[in-house]
Amino acid sequence: MAVIRDMISGFELFQPTAVDDAIELLSRYGDDGWVLSGGLDSFDWFKDRIKKPTAVVDLANVEELKGVRISSDGVEIGAMTTITEVSKHPHLLENYSILAQAAGHIATPQIRNRGTLGGNLSQDTRCWYYRSGWPCYRAGGNVCYAGTPTSMNREHCITGASRCVAVNPSDSAPALIALGAQFVIRGPRGEKIVEAQDYFMSPAVDIQRMTVLKADELLTSIRIPATWSGTDFYYEKMEDRKAWDFALVSVASAIKINGGVIEDARLAVNGIAPFPVRLEVVESFIKGKEPTDELGMAAGQLSLSTINAQPLRHNGFKLPLMRNLVRRSIRGTEG
Amino acid sequence: MAEKLIGQDISPPDLIAKITGRAKYSEDFRADGMIFAKLLLSPMPHCRVRRIDASAALAMEGVFGMLTADDVPAVDAPGEPCLTNEPLYEGEAILAIAAVDETTAAEAIELIQIDYEPLPFVLNPLDSLHPDGPNGRLEGNTRVGREIKTIKWTQEDFDIAGPEKMPMGEPSDEWTVGDIEKGFSEAKVILDETVVHQSLTHHPMEPRSTMAYWKNGKIYMHTSTQSVSRTRAALANMLDLDLEDVVLVGEFCGGGFGSKISGSPIMQVPAHLSRKLNRPVMLRITRYEENYLGRARPGMQARIKIGFREDGRITALDIYALGDGGPYGTNDHMSGGSTASLAYQPLNQRQRGVGVYTNTPPKAAQRGPGGAQYIGMLEPLMDKAARELGIDRLDLRRINAPDGNSVFGPRQGGLTSVHVKEAIEKGVELFGWNERIQRSGQLNGTKKTGIGLAISPYTAGSTGFDGLLVIRPDGKLQIHQGIGNLGTHSIADTGRAAADVLGLQWKDCEIVWGDTSQHLPWSSVQAGSQTTFAHTRANHAAGMDAKRKLQEIAALDLGGSPSDYETSDGRVFRRSNPSRGMSLGAAAERAISLGGTYSGAEPAEDLNDMTKMAVRGLEGKGLVAAARDNYPREGAIQSWVVGFAEVEVDVETGQVDLINYTGVADVGTVLHPRSLRAQGLGGSIQGMGIAMSQKWVFDPVWGVSFANRLYTARPPGMLDIPLDMDWAAVEIPDPQNPVGAKGIGEPPVGAGSAALTSAIADALDGRCLCRTPLTADVILAEIEGLEPAYGPLDLHV
Repeated sequence: MAVIRDMISGFELFQPTAVDDAIELLSRYGDDGWVLSGGLDSFDWFKDRIKKPTAVVDLANVEELKGVRISSDGVEIGAMTTITEVSKHPHLLENYSILAQAAGHIATPQIRNRGTLGGNLSQDTRCWYYRSGWPCYRAGGNVCYAGTPTSMNREHCITGASRCVAVNPSDSAPALIALGAQFVIRGPRGEKIVEAQDYFMSPAVDIQRMTVLKADELLTSIRIPATWSGTDFYYEKMEDRKAWDFALVSVASAIKINGGVIEDARLAVNGIAPFPVRLEVVESFIKGKEPTDELGMAAGQLSLSTINAQPLRHNGFKLPLMRNLVRRSIRGTEG
Repeated sequence: MAEKLIGQDISPPDLIAKITGRAKYSEDFRADGMIFAKLLLSPMPHCRVRRIDASAALAMEGVFGMLTADDVPAVDAPGEPCLTNEPLYEGEAILAIAAVDETTAAEAIELIQIDYEPLPFVLNPLDSLHPDGPNGRLEGNTRVGREIKTIKWTQEDFDIAGPEKMPMGEPSDEWTVGDIEKGFSEAKVILDETVVHQSLTHHPMEPRSTMAYWKNGKIYMHTSTQSVSRTRAALANMLDLDLEDVVLVGEFCGGGFGSKISGSPIMQVPAHLSRKLNRPVMLRITRYEENYLGRARPGMQARIKIGFREDGRITALDIYALGDGGPYGTNDHMSGGSTASLAYQPLNQRQRGVGVYTNTPPKAAQRGPGGAQYIGMLEPLMDKAARELGIDRLDLRRINAPDGNSVFGPRQGGLTSVHVKEAIEKGVELFGWNERIQRSGQLNGTKKTGIGLAISPYTAGSTGFDGLLVIRPDGKLQIHQGIGNLGTHSIADTGRAAADVLGLQWKDCEIVWGDTSQHLPWSSVQAGSQTTFAHTRANHAAGMDAKRKLQEIAALDLGGSPSDYETSDGRVFRRSNPSRGMSLGAAAERAISLGGTYSGAEPAEDLNDMTKMAVRGLEGKGLVAAARDNYPREGAIQSWVVGFAEVEVDVETGQVDLINYTGVADVGTVLHPRSLRAQGLGGSIQGMGIAMSQKWVFDPVWGVSFANRLYTARPPGMLDIPLDMDWAAVEIPDPQNPVGAKGIGEPPVGAGSAALTSAIADALDGRCLCRTPLTADVILAEIEGLEPAYGPLDLHV
């Protein structure tokens, strides 16, 4: 069968107005169904005719999935809230600026207007072998084209590989892990809640999924506890261009300082593994210490040994890059 | 007397259509019964199509037919066919299916079974020159003269060079000026560097879509092309038709950068399909297809040896460049040698090279072809030499820059004008070089400042084309332009030369362009920065012809001799008694009744046949003036941009922030200040993409491309450049153009690219990385002292 790209093939479009109706549709179609949120990931797959779902369930009209709800113990963001809204929301900017900042670094203004927080968290990897439709492990085949000594793998992972060496592309994920967020998932069997870092799937567990979501489940909202509200945050995304690019490495930290020393901290990085990585060993290491550049450097070094960093042929730069971003996330930008 | 139009900011006539979306590009057209075509592209870098089974596709409802390589005229190697049975790169078009809509056509394509025989392929020219290396084409790996040949270097050639330096075996092309060995013997500092310049896809915003239909033996084509008259001629040639049987409509072109100069092979597909199926056919090229079919700047690997005298003068420049010519062998690795000769005036120079066929998308001229790559590769080496010589970097440029008596290139020809030294000094002032250079190498937090500069010349004109005007009975001046409209404003701005000759206001001028049924003259291609120089001359000549005819008509009716009359403000009148005269409208009526040369019935003998056809087509519309540009010209026409950049390199991430860019041009008289600035800074930004982010990535084992989307190819975006950039021109007229103007399109690219690489090297304490793009990973690896991830001669990484 010959291959043709850039031409979406036909599908049946459903536009439910309630979450339960969407779940009912997804249950009905199983693996032939597809959840459409902002469409930035979906339409690339559709245009390339690599993914050809029978039924597309568009969540655009499900109002209960949209908006930012503020409560005394934190904030709940509907999965279909646009990235623009997340990046500009006054309450998020004031209390959880790390999330607004991370959202503001996603892609471009146009994409942020269409893209949703849930979509950004649930999107597929951008490994170009996989995205080109090659029959790799992640696509159900039995080889990884990106991990060989001759592969073009500058953007790929330095840890967490398990047959697949792709990276998670989400910019908002490390920020939400640093904020201790919880993700609300609803399916035919009801609702469940997972910790942010547990939402993401390791290829060692299931190589064909990026998240724990099953075919008939939806990510409905993201809950951020008030725990880290207004603490010292740091977010940085390194990319090849300052817009419309995926992270080479990104880092997010929330650090509580009391009396000049770090009382509590959460750190996460992305762009280094098939899933965003929380650096718990580093968090423990820096507690009770002053947030100096020396501490940052030591923490950066520790982060590399903690993840047992193993570069591929073309991505050795990610080691010093991650080390330095972790360092900066503890001491701030200025050295 | 009307104010001169040249030098004013005047919005072009297509502006409102463009910003309101009313402008119709090729894919916006529809014709009765029109069907859509889709292409099947090669999945492999080199293969043979052994068998096509399209039975299931052709049996589909809504499918009208198929066009394969067997249906189109064969092209002699190494020419490029529009469809092929031996694809020479991944993404080359094999066949097209026409259907009622694109969805159906795409589904039909998926039903086609092709039996491919994989053939050897090569992505890196050096691999092909290796004794056992593959050839990109079955006939050979390079072209010598008009023949395809095979050049293989010896193992010894590779062994002598070692892994770090580019080997230099037998060249296919070579020229020398002076005595290169003598030059090096006089040098105090000699650099010998291996440099890599990437290939870059053109990525115009509008893909090369075409709609075609036949009517009464004529073909009507709506296509995305840079030029108009020249594309019409190219189409007539490609389709083996008489010129008058080709009607081309291309009013707007969403960019080309050299990739659509006179169209491209793929536009033949809807023409042939339309003839075969007897229906209008639309072929909309997608972004993905544009990446493959849309042309690219040839990458280069070069060994550059430069010798400097103690006082900084370059005594010898010895360049050996390999051109990555793609499958059809378009190369500019040799032409860049002339740019280097011009920019640095070496006392002795040798230029050698081999252009090698590779199984990568076809190459074409890209804005500043050859010159941009050479300036990009050489300017950082100038900086390196300045450091070794202990000479100020700016002074080193001043010492070697040309002046009015300079000659250059293999033929050591002169120039129409050159004011690069004035441009340097103006730039030093505008950029604030003396203040900024104090910050060079300073570390502020984690950010280290680098200051860079580059001087970039390029060909900026041609001569000998035709201008065509009509003064209508309503008194308006119609300026017919055969050049194209790809956003440079040339169609309007070059017409000002004619209006100024006649002393007309712009509101009394109308531009006719973009539709060959509207009688367009023979013109230069809309490329190579040619039109400003070529068509101010041609329109000036036509303006003079119109003026002469007006004077003759006035003298005929009002007495006296023609030289007693002047034209201005819509009238031709007696100089000694301005009240005695006639309106241009009245003169136009007289021209129609006089006939002959006045009415368009008798075109001048020296006009091109296309122009004669247009002149005759306009007979009776008014006073028809047409003239060939016969103005003398001696020397090469070259424009210059001197670029200055300040960057900050984050030493912890390798990220580059461009703080300021300042460009100063030597382009003669400024026709249109706002447009000049847009061209100068736009071209510079394109160069910044070369320096910072834009590239090709190929898997070396499978021979297929991954940077095939805009987001993976990474041309620069708005946030990658400073909001405020500075721009100026020296504004010294070129004496060989009647209005003093020279072109601007090409030279800013090399200036933008090299000013940045120069600034980045400065921030790295003078370490020259000798490759582009300088992405954060490359810079950080250098700062951290990591083993480089890429070999010094690796391409497409």
